[in-house]
Amino acid sequence: MTLQLTKEQEMLVKLVKDFSENEIAPLAEETDRTGKFPMQIVKKMAETGLFGLNVPKEYGGVDMGEVSKVLAILEIAKACSSTAEMYAVQLLVNGIIAVNGNQEQKQKYLGMSMEGKLGAFALTEPGAGSDAGALQTTAVWDGDDYILNGVKCFISNLGPEEGDYAIVIALTDKEKKIRGGMTAFLVDRELKGFVVGKTEDKMGIRGAAVSELILEDCRVPKSAILGQVGKGFHVAMSGLDSGRIGIAAQACGEARAALQLALAYSKQRIQFKKAICQNQGIQWYLAEMATKLRAAELLTMEAADLRDRKQPSGMNASMAKFFAAETAVEIAGKAVQIHGGYGYIKDYAIERIYRDTRILTIYEGTSEVQKIVIAKALLQ
Amino acid sequence: MNFNSADIGAFKDIWVFCEQRDGKLMDTNFELISEARKLADERSVQVVGLLLGDNAKHMAKQLGGYGADQVIVCEAPELKHYTTDAYTKVICDVVMEKKPEVFLIGASHIGRDLGPRCAARLHTGLTADCTHLDIDMNHYVEFLENTSNLDLSKMKLDMDDTNLKMTRPAFGGHLMATIICPRFRPCMSTVRPGVLKKGAYSETKAGACRIEAYPVLLSPGDLRTTVLEIVKETRKQVDLIGAEVIVSVGRGIGRDVEKGIELAENLAKAFGGGVVGGSRAAVDAGWLTADHQVGQTGKTVRPKIYVALGISGAIQHTAGMQDAEMIIAVNKNEATSIFDIADYGICGDLFQIVPAIIEAVQAKES
Amino acid sequence: MKIFVCVKQVPDTSGKVAVNDNGTLDRSSMATIVNPDDMNAMEAALSLKDETNCQVIAVTMGPAPAEAMLRELIAMGADEGILISSREFGGSDTFATSQIIAAAINHAGFGKDDLIFCGRQAIDGDTAQVGPQIAEKLDIPQVTYAAEIEKKEEVLVIKRMLEDGYMMVEVQTPCLITCIKELNMLRYMTLKGITECYEKPVHVMDYECLKDEPLIEIDTIGLKGSPTNIFKSFTPPQKGSGIMLAGTVRDTAEELVNRLLKAHLI
Repeated sequence: MTLQLTKEQEMLVKLVKDFSENEIAPLAEETDRTGKFPMQIVKKMAETGLFGLNVPKEYGGVDMGEVSKVLAILEIAKACSSTAEMYAVQLLVNGIIAVNGNQEQKQKYLGMSMEGKLGAFALTEPGAGSDAGALQTTAVWDGDDYILNGVKCFISNLGPEEGDYAIVIALTDKEKKIRGGMTAFLVDRELKGFVVGKTEDKMGIRGAAVSELILEDCRVPKSAILGQVGKGFHVAMSGLDSGRIGIAAQACGEARAALQLALAYSKQRIQFKKAICQNQGIQWYLAEMATKLRAAELLTMEAADLRDRKQPSGMNASMAKFFAAETAVEIAGKAVQIHGGYGYIKDYAIERIYRDTRILTIYEGTSEVQKIVIAKALLQ
Repeated sequence: MNFNSADIGAFKDIWVFCEQRDGKLMDTNFELISEARKLADERSVQVVGLLLGDNAKHMAKQLGGYGADQVIVCEAPELKHYTTDAYTKVICDVVMEKKPEVFLIGASHIGRDLGPRCAARLHTGLTADCTHLDIDMNHYVEFLENTSNLDLSKMKLDMDDTNLKMTRPAFGGHLMATIICPRFRPCMSTVRPGVLKKGAYSETKAGACRIEAYPVLLSPGDLRTTVLEIVKETRKQVDLIGAEVIVSVGRGIGRDVEKGIELAENLAKAFGGGVVGGSRAAVDAGWLTADHQVGQTGKTVRPKIYVALGISGAIQHTAGMQDAEMIIAVNKNEATSIFDIADYGICGDLFQIVPAIIEAVQAKES
Repeated sequence: MKIFVCVKQVPDTSGKVAVNDNGTLDRSSMATIVNPDDMNAMEAALSLKDETNCQVIAVTMGPAPAEAMLRELIAMGADEGILISSREFGGSDTFATSQIIAAAINHAGFGKDDLIFCGRQAIDGDTAQVGPQIAEKLDIPQVTYAAEIEKKEEVLVIKRMLEDGYMMVEVQTPCLITCIKELNMLRYMTLKGITECYEKPVHVMDYECLKDEPLIEIDTIGLKGSPTNIFKSFTPPQKGSGIMLAGTVRDTAEELVNRLLKAHLI
């Protein structure tokens, strides 16, 4: 086992680091304040080919693998959580299409992604969060097309102007439900009946576009089926491991930013005639934060590496997501504490990062769900 | 064999390239001539100015007034405006015939284009951006004693060495290097405007200066570039180099750029009149135009008072101002490098501190 | 048309600079970057490549690790790289360096339709000499301080900056241009570029390879061949640490003013 990056990965890190510092970081504060998604960054990211990171070569991508994906998301998350979230979700969508799509679909939607068009993954509903099997959106075949009806919520990469297509999971057989009753559809925004509803006003990752998706007699052709009829749940689950690893990387990046800020502040802040970093209590905090963060990074890298080597990675992906998310929330909290009163003031970036991290233990599979996955793997 | 590798003893006199633009001599010429005068006196040789242009002869006398014994004037329509090819050819022709020992050029945008080209053609060494020149070893040793930590007692020095010792900063002044060009002549050096001191002007000396016209041999084929037009910046450029007080702003004014610059202007006024400068960050951000930039790729300044507001102190900036007599720094971050070179440092919010300083000055005045 | 872009790997001095006890620079303590002005030169070449589909070749003289920099530039869009590296070249001053680089560019087949782009100056040496000296060695015209470059059929029209304005200069190939930061905004590497850059050629030219070039004479390269030598180098005595004024805003302001008055500076 080696932790040595390949030359290409080192260059990738350099690229994303430079890009994040120059293009993304300067906009982070404004993005959070206005809650408006920085679409101009998406265009620039597309120009560098970042959206092709996990797209197969025959469709114009570079297919650099999971470890590379982790490295990229980590750097972006250090600069801006909202951008990292957008990117992680986009790669999730790309990944699902790459695995389950037919040639036309891969050509069309992977191509759109690389041009900088955003895609969404619409599974969650008001009544179906952790209990994804309880979804109620229906897809009824009328002889010519499928008619989709239902409401999806908390859908990332969907906003008033953001998002051009979505993977929608719907019930094609109400009796069978998750056992062969769900089908995945690739739905273009421009289709009649695809309505982007309320865009959420969130505690954190405020720049990330997250909205309701209302399907009102939305007519989609047979060619829109992603995978096979009845295999929708399977399609949704196929992106799970990779998605979890992506969020784990995001968590590590945000935690690293928080730690860096806490470190710098502790060296600067003088109380009782000395920098607070000279106090053992603060030193212990910093040591614990740094150690846990490193553990989170290594868990994430290991899960990614297993996937790259086509080994089973389900348990590891869940471990990484669970641990990195919880750690990020903890580190951000400690970082605010180290900042003292200033950590509570919006002038200081740590205030934003604290709010940004809170969602990490909730979305993309709550910590509780991750623990169930891990326990299942242990007990089988 | 090169024209200069045979007998370097045959090379004599200190020459200065005198740059003129639109019929006006650059200030830096007088600084260099004054310095050349000192060096020539150490060597008991002549100071010769080399002036190129079209109808340029009338400017020669002024060079004499600062210490030039002789001015060689090369006049031709092709020399009216600077082109690398024309100037390099004419200069190298003269130099190869007359064989000066030392040739100094002001490091203007033109000097930095011309100097290396000539040095390459003459197969000689060129040292750029020199801040100190010595020929006499006693003077050089004195210089080392005053400005370095070297243990001179342990050094073997040839006190009869008459090579031009050219000292220049590297890495923004963290390192000083004295360069020599022992095997080739002329020994060439460029010096930044404002670094050396201009001497006193003497009408008598001006009158005594010998002016020699040198024939220019240029054919159209010699010029490989065409100057289509020359555009002068109509907006008045800020004179950083002559200023006694400079108040510079950096990233730290980002919160309120307009106010920050206003405070800098007012502070300069309060300190007796001065100009506003900027770090590269401030210029890159568009808060100030490029003529305000102080630093490695901007201007080198030596004012009486230099105030750095919200500037971190990276060597790209300090390289351009660290020789100011008094450096005052205001920055929010206690650990930033500007405080390593500041005579007085204040850690805090410049938007509060600068008004307080202005108030304090006004209080003293009344 | 080929455009040779001269680039140099320099220490990243935007942070603090560490100096060894003997006065030399502690290069190992600093990360390396591509000299900023050289990046502008590379971007200018790549912009012309976008327009004219010419070839862009990145050239550097340096130790083996400089190859990584060439690969990055290829990932940005350059077609190939040349690494000039040899023990015999070490210690060269600008004269010797420009001679070696000129020889390498000549060896690579520099023709009358070709261009050389350089950055105006490197942040470590600060001399701005190598570009013009390469032009002299190859006997081609030069235009320095380029803030705009436009290709108009057979000629190039360049906005050449002066301190208080600019000149518009017209020149034909072959020629050498030195670039400043005002010239352009830099592009990034692309992912495709990164995955393919190790498949593109990087030629290593050492002394053995170049020794028969007319521009290379053993007694004009390296430390021994350089016309200029370092006579002495030293660190200037650190300006005595200044004083940090502390206290309330009002008090520190007053103290500063008092001290300045006492020193007769205001």
